[in-house]
Amino acid sequence: MDVNLETTLDKEIIEFIAACMQREHPRSYLISVLGKVQEKYGYLSRQHMHAVAHIMRIPTSRVYGVATFYHFFRLRPRGKHQISICMGTACFVKGADRVLEAFKSELGIDIGETTKDGIFSLDNTRCLGVCGLAPVVTINNQVYSQVTPQQVPELINKTLGR
Amino acid sequence: MGKILDAFMAVKKRLLDDAANTLSSAPIIIQVGSATCENAAGAQEVRREFEKLLLASGRADIFIKQTGCTGRCSREPIVGVYLPDQFPIKYEKVTVEKVQQIFQQHILGGQPVVPLILDKKTSRMYSWVVTFASLSTVETDSASRWNEKFKEHLKIHGVPEETIRSFIGGCLGLYPAGKEGNKVGMLVFPEKVVYEFGTEEDLARIIQSHFKDRKTLTSMQAEIDPLIKRFITLYGDVAFFNKQTRLTLRNSGIIDPESLKDYVANDGFEALARVLENGQPQAVIQAVILSGLRGRGGAGFPTGSKWQSAVDNPDPVKYVVCNADEGDPGAYMDRSTLEGDPFSIIHGMALGAFAIGASKGYIYVRAEYPLAIRRLEYAIRQCEDAGLLGKNILGSDFSFEIELRLGAGAFVCGEETALMLSITGRRGQPMIRPPYPTERGLWGHPTVINNVETWSNIPVIIRHGAEWFARIGTEKSKGTKVFALAGKIVNSGLVEVPMGTTLREIIYDIGGGVEKGRTLKAVQTGGPSGGCIPADLIDTPVDYDSLAAVGSIMGSGGMIVLDDEDCMVAMAKFFLEFTQDESCGKCVPCREGTLRMLEILERITAGQGMPEDLDKLERLGNLIKKTSLCGLGQSAPNPVLSALRYFRSEFEAHVLEKCCPTRKCSKLIRYEINPEKCIGCTLCARQCPVNCIEGTARKPHLVIQERCIKCGNCFAACKFEAVDRV
Amino acid sequence: MKKIKLIIDGMQVMVPEKTTLMEAAETIGIHIPRLCYHPDLSKEGACRICIVEVEGARTFQASCSTPAAEGMKVKTNSPEIRQARRDLVELILDNHPQECQTCERDGQCELQNLAYALGVRHRLFAGRRKRYPQENSSLAVVRDSEKCILCRRCVRVCAEIQGVYNLQQMHRGVQTVVTPAFEDSMAESVCVHCGQCVNVCPTAAFLEKRSTDQVWKALADPRLHVVVHIAPSIRAAIGEGFGLEPGTPATLQTITALRRLGFHKVFDTNFGADLTIMEEAHELVSRLRSGRNLPLLTSCSAGWIKFMEHFYPDLIPHASSCKSPMSMLSALLKTYYAQKQGIDPDCIYVVSIMPCTAKKYEIMRPELCRPDGKPYTDAVLTTRELVWMIKAYGIDFVKLPDGRFDNPLGFSSGAADIFGTTGGVMEAALRTAAEKLTGQELTDLNFIEVREVEGLKEASIAIGDQVLHVAVANGLTNAKIILNKVRAQEKQFQLVEIMACPGGCIGGGGQPYPPEGYPVLDKEIIRRRARALYAIDQAKQIRKSHENPYIKDLYDKFLGEPGSRKAHELLHTHYTVREPRGI
Repeated sequence: MDVNLETTLDKEIIEFIAACMQREHPRSYLISVLGKVQEKYGYLSRQHMHAVAHIMRIPTSRVYGVATFYHFFRLRPRGKHQISICMGTACFVKGADRVLEAFKSELGIDIGETTKDGIFSLDNTRCLGVCGLAPVVTINNQVYSQVTPQQVPELINKTLGR
Repeated sequence: MGKILDAFMAVKKRLLDDAANTLSSAPIIIQVGSATCENAAGAQEVRREFEKLLLASGRADIFIKQTGCTGRCSREPIVGVYLPDQFPIKYEKVTVEKVQQIFQQHILGGQPVVPLILDKKTSRMYSWVVTFASLSTVETDSASRWNEKFKEHLKIHGVPEETIRSFIGGCLGLYPAGKEGNKVGMLVFPEKVVYEFGTEEDLARIIQSHFKDRKTLTSMQAEIDPLIKRFITLYGDVAFFNKQTRLTLRNSGIIDPESLKDYVANDGFEALARVLENGQPQAVIQAVILSGLRGRGGAGFPTGSKWQSAVDNPDPVKYVVCNADEGDPGAYMDRSTLEGDPFSIIHGMALGAFAIGASKGYIYVRAEYPLAIRRLEYAIRQCEDAGLLGKNILGSDFSFEIELRLGAGAFVCGEETALMLSITGRRGQPMIRPPYPTERGLWGHPTVINNVETWSNIPVIIRHGAEWFARIGTEKSKGTKVFALAGKIVNSGLVEVPMGTTLREIIYDIGGGVEKGRTLKAVQTGGPSGGCIPADLIDTPVDYDSLAAVGSIMGSGGMIVLDDEDCMVAMAKFFLEFTQDESCGKCVPCREGTLRMLEILERITAGQGMPEDLDKLERLGNLIKKTSLCGLGQSAPNPVLSALRYFRSEFEAHVLEKCCPTRKCSKLIRYEINPEKCIGCTLCARQCPVNCIEGTARKPHLVIQERCIKCGNCFAACKFEAVDRV
Repeated sequence: MKKIKLIIDGMQVMVPEKTTLMEAAETIGIHIPRLCYHPDLSKEGACRICIVEVEGARTFQASCSTPAAEGMKVKTNSPEIRQARRDLVELILDNHPQECQTCERDGQCELQNLAYALGVRHRLFAGRRKRYPQENSSLAVVRDSEKCILCRRCVRVCAEIQGVYNLQQMHRGVQTVVTPAFEDSMAESVCVHCGQCVNVCPTAAFLEKRSTDQVWKALADPRLHVVVHIAPSIRAAIGEGFGLEPGTPATLQTITALRRLGFHKVFDTNFGADLTIMEEAHELVSRLRSGRNLPLLTSCSAGWIKFMEHFYPDLIPHASSCKSPMSMLSALLKTYYAQKQGIDPDCIYVVSIMPCTAKKYEIMRPELCRPDGKPYTDAVLTTRELVWMIKAYGIDFVKLPDGRFDNPLGFSSGAADIFGTTGGVMEAALRTAAEKLTGQELTDLNFIEVREVEGLKEASIAIGDQVLHVAVANGLTNAKIILNKVRAQEKQFQLVEIMACPGGCIGGGGQPYPPEGYPVLDKEIIRRRARALYAIDQAKQIRKSHENPYIKDLYDKFLGEPGSRKAHELLHTHYTVREPRGI
């Protein structure tokens, strides 16, 4: 793969990496750098990871190994709206599994998938620490508390601005 | 005063000069929560509404202040109102609509809006609130005797009883209560006066003076622990807090987590200044050893010994690390502290770094906690600007900097060796120990890793003394523990109690009992590494050893209450799914063993279990416990093994009778419509996400079983109890 | 050093401080079962097979990493330990294909041996198992993730010994899989084809790309003239495949075995090695005279060449343009030999027996093929494959009578034999170059400065009135150390020998799996193989390549002189920058 490393990534990220490389133990910033890349582009593409590996002088296999180890990193673009069901213990006890089922059947996708039209992605998270308001769902970082399966169609419509 | 303390006082003065809106000097303060949970409940909108009203009122003596989480999650957003010479009042479930009323009636008019007060069961306001101190069960008995006597004497003196609320509270910092055997402590609001007495004559004098003549009887006044007093005076009378002893959460919900000024005004960084002035790192370690503090991250390793072994290592480069990778899916103690009191963690780490000779610290925090990250970043920057972090802190030889490192969603990174690898930018897979981190840690140097709660206990120990700290708790478990109380509980939220408090006290006295009046079935502590404690063991005190003895663990502090509708097999499966998903994949027993255990549980919950499956679960569980590489693996089978230990008959019902006694396991149940009860309202059919309910209006409906996904919507929707779950 | 006293299985043991329990047990003759452990690699502690019971410990301890402590009481074989080990091996088997009988490693598989030794006689926990397609893209190495037990030996050897970092565990938990970056195929990766992953794999998750089928077919084809030549290191290692003591030279039985298999002519790659020295010494002398592109980097090791093209393309001008001995000899076979024998080169089928998986890739490099694009070498068999063919035929190797190579391409000097070990090419080159440079005869032929099998050697050697700074590296992590010095111009070397594999070709990725009781790549085995080669060299009359009479004859009658146009056409090559670039 022939890519121009400097142009694959945004200038801001190149500068961030450069700053990391000035510090002690520069390669230890890999996770932070990947986090920045994902923040910017929404996911980690092959080209991005390749560029990060070469600029930081970290074997590409290690970069990919890290990217696939942590749940936080996504290797595929996500939908316009991200729906995330908390599957922490408190939420589970309060019926999060049923809420999840409702989202799955309403959107016709499974966890980790994006609808064909690229509008919705469905994920589950491990405890947002909002256990007192269980079960909770986040849609585009907005937290909805005490969600019931019956509310699901309404939440989806609300997100679509209907 | 020495040079360093002078320098600290100068910093403090500089910070406080512009201290108009700190608690001590501001005339009227409106506190609005700003933690993730508060925001989820709508605190931001509430705050904006207050700001709007305040602007319109043109008042300059009213201040709005953000705080962290009070721990009273199910009643959020919570708003505190502080008027001079008045009870501090906390309002619950405040909405934009209610803001108007609170602002007009209370803040401008001075009259509390009683029905909106947190945990208020009556509409009445008392003239006084009296709390009797108690620490242990024995003392509770004695305190309640005094409470009875108090009521009798009120009658004798003709003080109308209904103007006074009296109850048994926490220790009030008077422990051991009744220092001379039979004395009792009594806190009176709103004067915030503490009396200590041991005879009925004294009690009579207090009542005469305080409640009849309305004069404080100074001769009977007692010195209350400053920390406790501060908390009580700031929180006012809320039953939820009265049994708690807040050390770790001392500032959560009280100070502005984004204001170093606020932290310093509340004794912050004084311990560090004193320790630096003293210049004896070993004294700090000695204090931590003496305090008996044990790691709050789960395993309960003595913190002082850990520090000592790092000190004993000749390597001149050392590190301190704060493990803020709170991964237990049902616990959020650390988030609350990170969001509500980030400075105390920095403070604790600075003390630890000085003690072991480290000049660099890392805080490893979950990326899932964006607000915590922002607050930590901001707190670190403020400390650096104030010279409390950085080179030659307060003019001493001690230099210390802190860097944030973000986790990226891996439960296993809570394990210390995995955490270290993650900090170095690698896959967070645990490494074999020894060498332990205190021998070879980050980049090969000795490293002390403690969790958030442990670090935030350090300033308290140093400030108030090891002996003071060691008085709280039990013989082998000192201090307090924060629990995230959730599940089927009336008052879900954060509670901090002295070690040795029983589960019963936490669930019933603080938590208000099981939700919807149902029966307690079990309490799950320690999350995916812990176990289920059955209801008949509810008098188990919470300390490291007692919880281990009943097959669970203290863990980081998750506490999930389960009622008689919860299926223990499904719970076991839930936790195993979690650990299976979070297994790093390195060692065989955890990677392969949990998969097989999960398969067996899947079989059992699907009604395909075989009698020998239960023995297999136990064999695999013990294998994984005994042979796994790291603590995550070694504790992964706990939820299953403890469920098997206490609820074996429930497993047997699934296996032998192919039935789920709680009707939770969807593959073992069916939804049927009782044609005699169904009136054909069509509501269930409209709620069904897969359109598997057929029937015409005003005629009994029918569930087409082949298509049913058992979501239970119909069951929940039916207003005529016509849907049966069988 | 402080001594520690402990009790293992009731016996008192004294060991030095920092000894692990596994090592301590070995001192009293207890071999604790193990799987992920390898003495030359970092401690992984992942398989948990080597657990022991330590009195007072809450859990079983991995003996590979637990240090012995004073007064420790250890049980290596309690009923609980035996059950736990049995169950652990079963758990591995449960996620492993149950196709042992049709697996290439049947009978030589560490997992299979363990399951037998630990008494896994029935399955208690069997359930779902992972499924992955076999990954066949590489010309040298086949990856079969279904058979992978995630011991990470391959990942560690690839990173720690070879510095290639091509393999890594991706994903996590039960989804964990070992692949190159982006889960790309091996062919698209920075894999250098050294085959060390094949060596260290306890199962058949990594294997060489099999060439035996096509060789059987060629041998049975009456239209073909099938010739074979064997690499220097084969003779020192092949015996192990037939139960001979490591380090037993078996040149002559191998020749006989090859004839019995049906090869029409049996030549010696050594002849190519002598030829390589002629060309390389010439190249060295001319570079020393011009002072350009120094140091000269040797180019015999196919894995190293691919490594250079991915990781150090800037150093390509330094690499010798000489083909490897194998490629030189194969080129001669389809030109010089074909011409001499009057055989159509298209009817000559050339097989080479190599210690190496990378050679399977080397023969397909376009620049190493004939002008019409067909390869000079038609098939490469690893030592392991040849052992299997001999066994498959039913030949009793140990009882075979001695054979003789065919001439002229079967005669070699002692200098060629030592090509098979690290430092050998250096020594062989020095023997010839020294005489070329000084014009005087060399009396002491043994350059012991560059012998011994450790990974990295630097030496300054006086030749006449000049001093040559040389370096020898085996294992690519060691090579990186030298190459970084070269790159940084930190030290001026004149000649650097690099071999991709630990110990050189004798530790190649195609050598026999170790005999019972030895770990893979055991240092002692490597040392014995090296000693065998030095012994062969020592015993020869002619020990300098330029004194090989057939080589002289070849130059006189066919090539002209070293570095001639004809020599360049047949014996030299060039290199290209290769993507993906290595880091």
